[in-house]
Amino acid sequence: MSLIQVSNLSIYTSQEPRVLVNDVSFEIHEGEAVGLVGESGSGKTLSALSILGLLPRGVEATHGEIRFLGRSLDDLDSESMRKIRGSEIAMIYQDPMTALNPVMKLGDQLMEVIESHPEVGELTIERVKEVLRDVGIPDIERAINSYPHEFSGGMRQRIVIAMALLLSPKLLIADEPTTALDVTIQQQILALVAEERQKRKLSMLWITHDLGVVANLVDRLHVMYAGRIVESGTVKEIFENPQHPYTQGLLSSLPSPRGASRERLSSIPGVPEKPWLVGSSCAFAPRCSFATDKCRQELPGLSGNSAHKVACFYPLGASR
Amino acid sequence: MSNPTKERGIVHYYLRSTSGIVGAVLLFIMVAVSLASLFKFTPHDPLYQDIENLLKAPSSNFWFGTDNFGRDVFSRTIDGMRRSLTVSITAVSIATVVGVTLGVIAGFIGGWFDQLVARVSDVLFSFPAILLALAIVASLGNDWYDTAFAIAIVYTPIFVRVARGPVLSVKEMDYVKAARILGYSTPRIIRQHVFPNVTAPVIVQIALSLSWAILTESGLSFLGLGTQPPNASLGLMVAEAQPIAAFAWWNLAFPSIFITIVVVGLNLVGDGLRDALDPARRSS
Amino acid sequence: MLRVIPGNTITAAFGIETGMLTEDQLADLRVYYGIDKPLIAQYFSWITSFLTGNMGYSYSTGVPISTLTKMALPVTIEVAIIGTVLGVLMGVSVGMFSARKPGSIRDFGGQLFGLLALAIPGFVLSTTIVTVMANKFKYFPNAFEYKAPWQDLWMNAQQMLFPGLVLGIAVAAPVMRTTRSAILETADKDFVRTAYGKGVPAKRVRFRHVLRNSLIPIVTMTGIQFGYLLGGAVIVEKIFAMPGMGRQIVDAIEKREYATVQSSVMVFAIMFVLINVVTDVIYRRIDPRIK
Repeated sequence: MSLIQVSNLSIYTSQEPRVLVNDVSFEIHEGEAVGLVGESGSGKTLSALSILGLLPRGVEATHGEIRFLGRSLDDLDSESMRKIRGSEIAMIYQDPMTALNPVMKLGDQLMEVIESHPEVGELTIERVKEVLRDVGIPDIERAINSYPHEFSGGMRQRIVIAMALLLSPKLLIADEPTTALDVTIQQQILALVAEERQKRKLSMLWITHDLGVVANLVDRLHVMYAGRIVESGTVKEIFENPQHPYTQGLLSSLPSPRGASRERLSSIPGVPEKPWLVGSSCAFAPRCSFATDKCRQELPGLSGNSAHKVACFYPLGASR
Repeated sequence: MSNPTKERGIVHYYLRSTSGIVGAVLLFIMVAVSLASLFKFTPHDPLYQDIENLLKAPSSNFWFGTDNFGRDVFSRTIDGMRRSLTVSITAVSIATVVGVTLGVIAGFIGGWFDQLVARVSDVLFSFPAILLALAIVASLGNDWYDTAFAIAIVYTPIFVRVARGPVLSVKEMDYVKAARILGYSTPRIIRQHVFPNVTAPVIVQIALSLSWAILTESGLSFLGLGTQPPNASLGLMVAEAQPIAAFAWWNLAFPSIFITIVVVGLNLVGDGLRDALDPARRSS
Repeated sequence: MLRVIPGNTITAAFGIETGMLTEDQLADLRVYYGIDKPLIAQYFSWITSFLTGNMGYSYSTGVPISTLTKMALPVTIEVAIIGTVLGVLMGVSVGMFSARKPGSIRDFGGQLFGLLALAIPGFVLSTTIVTVMANKFKYFPNAFEYKAPWQDLWMNAQQMLFPGLVLGIAVAAPVMRTTRSAILETADKDFVRTAYGKGVPAKRVRFRHVLRNSLIPIVTMTGIQFGYLLGGAVIVEKIFAMPGMGRQIVDAIEKREYATVQSSVMVFAIMFVLINVVTDVIYRRIDPRIK
């Protein structure tokens, strides 16, 4: 059952329209976890934000349709959309240091979610305490009466996660929730989210730049480059049989636990192209060792089967 | 922080700001009109009392009507505008020169001198302008240069502040420290590195201070401490209009509108300048 | 500071007749008025007696200055408070209104309001009100003798209306600008996005999250404006015949009565310091991060 369907999403800046996300489509089924993987600037965060209608000022989604549980989100008025936020679809963000209101007590900020959705039912501070226990906050009474600045990044992120889980949303969007944290804390947070997902049978959208991180967390993933999806597939398919040169590059640059420790990490030469500067050609062509003239002149579309799609004229592993 | 060649694009950027353009237009009109008065090119003599035509409504002969002495309100208005502009420009010029010099020197030298200058200008700055101007003018006299001098003193502190700020931050920059170590003379350092960062905010402040100065000047003449009758001054005209405004509204309306227009114009020009000179180049 | 201004108390008190006093008489008078001692000594003795409540004597009215001040200060404080409150209400609402859609028509309207509020001089607005209200509508409570709030609350309220409004408009202009830019800056912050993402209604986000975090510059500006009103209400006080500190100072300056001017200025200086202290206290309450 399709929980959420994003079709042909394109996002532009309002002034001197520059395309940031170009014709992106993906789907999340109930109970599934899907990953959006790409470097910064690839458009993954914006794609996620547009689901909730949280695009920043000066940025608009001008094409495409987003369907949630069959309903088109564009048809909804702002009040209906507001009701969905926080209760049916929730999000956790990249930087816990700035994600919370500095002058409001944590307890109040958590209760605010409940208070904003009276239609969900009778929930009280007990529910808040319950979720805080789940995410591992010690000394809950004190936490409720404290301010964000009294807590470390890891703790704050737990609070953000708690806020998202309060009303048992159907879909949880996680935008690189561990990028801003210490490595040791990262593991804890990832484990926490994975655990909560299992417990509550949540559907998830994971945004990350780290293929290594996402492997254990999602069922399927999409690789984004310069505002487009260049490869999609199940985790098994992508990792065992990467078809797009970019994906291959990402995989090779992961430190391998099996390789000799003196091995140099390989990286992809060059820098990612800005989405609005790419014409109708393959965006990765300038950095691709297999690029031909055709790649530089035509835009490859996504093709393949339901388990694995790629946007490349010369997918790796296929006959050339 | 900035390099001198950026001056090239300023007019171009200024023209991109709508408020800047509107302000410049308004200001231009006001200045043109004042110049007419300066060269005695007014429809009527501002002081001439036409006894046949007391308190006449605006007409083709008397564009803004006449006052209770039969004087042409239009001629008096532009004459008053000229006086206000003269006083304000003089005052702000003095304030700029003195304030910026003090601010730059104080900021650069630091130490007790800097502290002294900063404290004194803060104290002066915390006083309401009109009050301070009042106190100074009362003991000086009513000639236009007394008023200008008083207003100059009132608005010097802000220039000290505006000039001192960039100096303090630039002073700590590595390239300035390098220059000092290399033995470059202080005046040269100031000229080459400090001034470019100071000129932009100072230019914006000049426009703003001019607008405040005009308000203060007309306030003073409203109280009778500026231009004396029978000469025309916008503030004085408003004061004189009070008893007769109920049945001769033009005496109150036109000087008021003129003050407002010139202050609006200067503020918009200030905004336009700020947008043009600010590296971020955002419109407000 | 004012003592170095030419024309001293004696000439003010005696006017032209000063020229007719003999040298001895002048010397005696100088001792009497205390202006024979060096400036610094005068200043010290003045400060000490000021701090003990003795502000000196107003020669023109024959009344101790402290009495004059005691009557005038509450009037000025009251009108300054009313002006500030009205100004903040107007300024913050227009600022918030403008900031919601920057660059839009409503923003343009809001900024136009701010510009006009700034550019139309207080005395013009006051004179217009006097003309329209007194002459056209025959309603002018300020024509009657001034009544303090404890004497006649209703009359006092009416008398405060116009001056409060004029001062309020003057305050609204800078407050509106400050509010608008503070809100624009805060509105882009991450935690505001989090609030919307939680499904918090827009209105609540605007007040509880955006405004609440924009308060510091607004409070700072309010404090400055209040201080300004205390002294800068001079013209308005005069037009509306309010017997406040502003009028006291203007009269004293005209009569060259330095003692009064000096005391009044000192009073103002003390009030500015107090305002700074109060603003600091408010900062602590607004932002729990400030220790």
